Amino acid sequence: MTMHLKQLTRHAGAMLATCLLAQTALGGVALAQDRAALMSEHRGGTITLAAVSAAGTVDPMINYTAQFWQVFQMTYDGLVKFKQAGGSDGFEIVPSIAEEVPKPTNDGKTYVFKIRKGIKFSNGKEVTPSDVVASFQRIFKIKGPTTGSFYNGIVGADKCIADAASCTLEGGVTGDDSAGTVTINLVAPDAEIFSKLAVPHASIVPADAPLTDAGTTPIPGTGAYMIASYDPNSEMVLKRNPSFKEWSVDAQPDGYPDEVVYKFGLTEEAAINAIINGQIDWMFDTPPSDRLPEIGAKYASQVHIDPLAAFWYAPMNTNLAPFDNVKVRQAVNYALDRDALVGLFGGDVLGQPVCQILPPDFPGHVDSCLYTKSPGETWSEPDMEKAQALVDESGTKGQKVTVIAEDNAVARGIGTYIASVLTELGYDASMKAISPNIQFTYIQNTNNNVQISVSQWYQDYPAASNFLNVLLSCSSFNKGSDASINIAGYCNKELDAKMKQAMTTALTDQDAANAIWAEIDKGFMEQAPLAPLLTPKSVNFTSARLGNYVFNKQNRWFISQSWVK
Amino acid sequence: MSIPSDIASTEAFVPEVPPLGLPSLGLEEDTGRRAGAGPWRRAWLLMRRDKPTILAAIVLVLIVLSSLSAPLYAGYVAASDPFRSNLSARITVDGKRVKVMQASTEGLGLGVTPIGPTYNAQYFLGADTQGRDVAARLLYGGRNSLLIATSATVICLVLAAIIGITAGFFGGITDQILSRILDILWAFPVYLLAISLSIVLLSHGIVIGPIEITGDSLLLPIVIIGIIYVPYVARPVRGRVMALKRSEFVLAATGLGIPAWRILVNDILPNVSTMLIVFVPLMMALNIITESSLSFLSIGVQAPDASWGTIIQDGQTLLYTRPAVALAPGIAIALTVLSLNVLGDSIRDALDPRTKLV
Repeated sequence: MTMHLKQLTRHAGAMLATCLLAQTALGGVALAQDRAALMSEHRGGTITLAAVSAAGTVDPMINYTAQFWQVFQMTYDGLVKFKQAGGSDGFEIVPSIAEEVPKPTNDGKTYVFKIRKGIKFSNGKEVTPSDVVASFQRIFKIKGPTTGSFYNGIVGADKCIADAASCTLEGGVTGDDSAGTVTINLVAPDAEIFSKLAVPHASIVPADAPLTDAGTTPIPGTGAYMIASYDPNSEMVLKRNPSFKEWSVDAQPDGYPDEVVYKFGLTEEAAINAIINGQIDWMFDTPPSDRLPEIGAKYASQVHIDPLAAFWYAPMNTNLAPFDNVKVRQAVNYALDRDALVGLFGGDVLGQPVCQILPPDFPGHVDSCLYTKSPGETWSEPDMEKAQALVDESGTKGQKVTVIAEDNAVARGIGTYIASVLTELGYDASMKAISPNIQFTYIQNTNNNVQISVSQWYQDYPAASNFLNVLLSCSSFNKGSDASINIAGYCNKELDAKMKQAMTTALTDQDAANAIWAEIDKGFMEQAPLAPLLTPKSVNFTSARLGNYVFNKQNRWFISQSWVK
Repeated sequence: MSIPSDIASTEAFVPEVPPLGLPSLGLEEDTGRRAGAGPWRRAWLLMRRDKPTILAAIVLVLIVLSSLSAPLYAGYVAASDPFRSNLSARITVDGKRVKVMQASTEGLGLGVTPIGPTYNAQYFLGADTQGRDVAARLLYGGRNSLLIATSATVICLVLAAIIGITAGFFGGITDQILSRILDILWAFPVYLLAISLSIVLLSHGIVIGPIEITGDSLLLPIVIIGIIYVPYVARPVRGRVMALKRSEFVLAATGLGIPAWRILVNDILPNVSTMLIVFVPLMMALNIITESSLSFLSIGVQAPDASWGTIIQDGQTLLYTRPAVALAPGIAIALTVLSLNVLGDSIRDALDPRTKLV
């Protein structure tokens, strides 16, 4: 019997290996297929997308939403870009408007970009170094949301931040039209500069682009598509850019559909039904929880589940009682049942329990869980006894605590659960759900005295600093401001210095830097200014006719690389 | 959102109630009034003969009693805490141990669905998204919905009576000021006003001197709902008082030099009180709907407290798989409002002198 089992196992293993090899080989064949042949076969048609609501302005330098950043991938380009490829390849920086990714000079403070010739905006004008210089000035002139965090390291940025109207970035960004080059000078070396240049906020737009938020009037871009019309209450229509000629498959590949129509205003339920009926091809919003079992069972081939570099967490205000006591914050971390939270998110397939800040498979992530029954590498189960003991020691039992969550099904569910756990720990806890339009800024402002909230963070680019430095550095905490992303209000000078050390180390040794980031992650979790809850996965439900679904953690699903014909 | 249709027309909303102080005009025989029966007794006699009224009263009493028994049901029947998340719990159904929150096992295994109605003591109507017993929450929710509706009705009628009687009786500048205040309130669509007040007050609560109402207090929806309907009651009260002021018996009392306060207490108030009584069930029905609407929008009763509106909101994301979660409170609201409206109509008819007592 034992032998029989062993033989079976061996045969099954061999078969599995054969299948995997065959799959790899077939994948290779598929990759090797002539792209031109695929284009001729599938080019054309209209992809229809839907979302509950639009995501605001179509100004690529202002919009800071995952929803429209996904669209901007096919409409705008920066000097460099994240590779338009599936899986982890999407983290790779590739040249886009620039001919190549330059090597730094001047001790890592100067980068000279050679601008490609022949790239045209959708208005027919060719991209010149002057456009690039004007685009960088525009980031400051329109007071883009990341001027102080992404681009403040450019020489002259401080003056531009202080006086946006007269911004010249003198000595910071200079262009030479005759040589076709743009030079960027930094105040100090920055290991993440290319990532910052690859996001839509550093898109290259015509020099005569308006110096105010473009709002609903699209600015010409260099992508394969252009936004032909946009009405946030109705729809956005993208058409092929008539001036586009593919210059880099990695940076800006030509797309399959002739037109992309993005409809706004459909509820999630309506969108699900429309996809099932073949009326639309994809919905931006996560399918409603009561439809998940159905689509997972009946339409499994149309469901795509992909990992995300993100986490849901509960920031605890370290300056307000009872969370100004580290024991209370640790108690919350011990008490939370991450499995239950994953259940609220849709189950094991859609989420993963976490008890650290950096997401799995992210630079700097090393498995570690301090707050579980048996502390080790992964979370196993809550430790209520320890949590109760810590609350008893803190002497804060009975205090009033309000959890602030977004008013949507998942966040409200998580908020309610956290309030229930706090009640179990002995607090007089309640949950308040407020509009998603204001919740994110509301919880940041110290004037609102938010004690604990439910929030989420999705990476802007693949760097540990984009989580740890952004969410927990002393400089991210601005009292009385709606833009105080350090929601916990936690400032630890020692860990701050360590983060600076990690960023400097990354200039020369990324692996060593990642090791430091892992220590920082653990260091923050020891002080527990927040309680990590879960790492979500992306659920995309597409129509039966949609083919060539490609996804990566950076830019999510590549709309233009799917076909409907 | 505009004024609810049933109160959009003040005329339609003003109950036709006899002025109790009016001297008899000798029409008893014509209207079929039973000799010797006072207006209250007469109303009672009329109402108890009306089968729909009796049925409505029975339904209402059952709803109130079952809501009041919520702690008993939760503690001794369902054996569950309806305010605590129960996401990892297991229960025994038909001799088998099953999870309250059940992960899908079909296809890709997406989604977690709460257990449906077991029709047993535990989870009779199933669980909500937090794994809580829906039946127990329904009863607790009923307590809050009825408490809010009743308290808001009292606040509304007391304020409306004070404002309406003062404005109608004293007239002049007093009437001008009070009427303009009512006009301002009236100018706002009722739900817009309620939503605006709720959103503003939920963040910081109300602090007036030593009185503090926190954002998560039940007093907040009570006060808000109580205030927003004041103009809809105060205006007809004012109109009735103005009419009464011109009536012969009030003129006579004034001519005899009787102090204003005595006229108010002895002649005006008794005549207005019948009108206010007719308003009670109608306002309660309106208030239940308003409370449910605000709670459904997350700006009424705050978690972990429950009301019928919050339970419907909880059930909104389960409509496809567990419709009972939203349907149960929906049916409870419908039955309560229907009963109150039937009772309201019945009271109005019973207090109408033109109704024949056969």
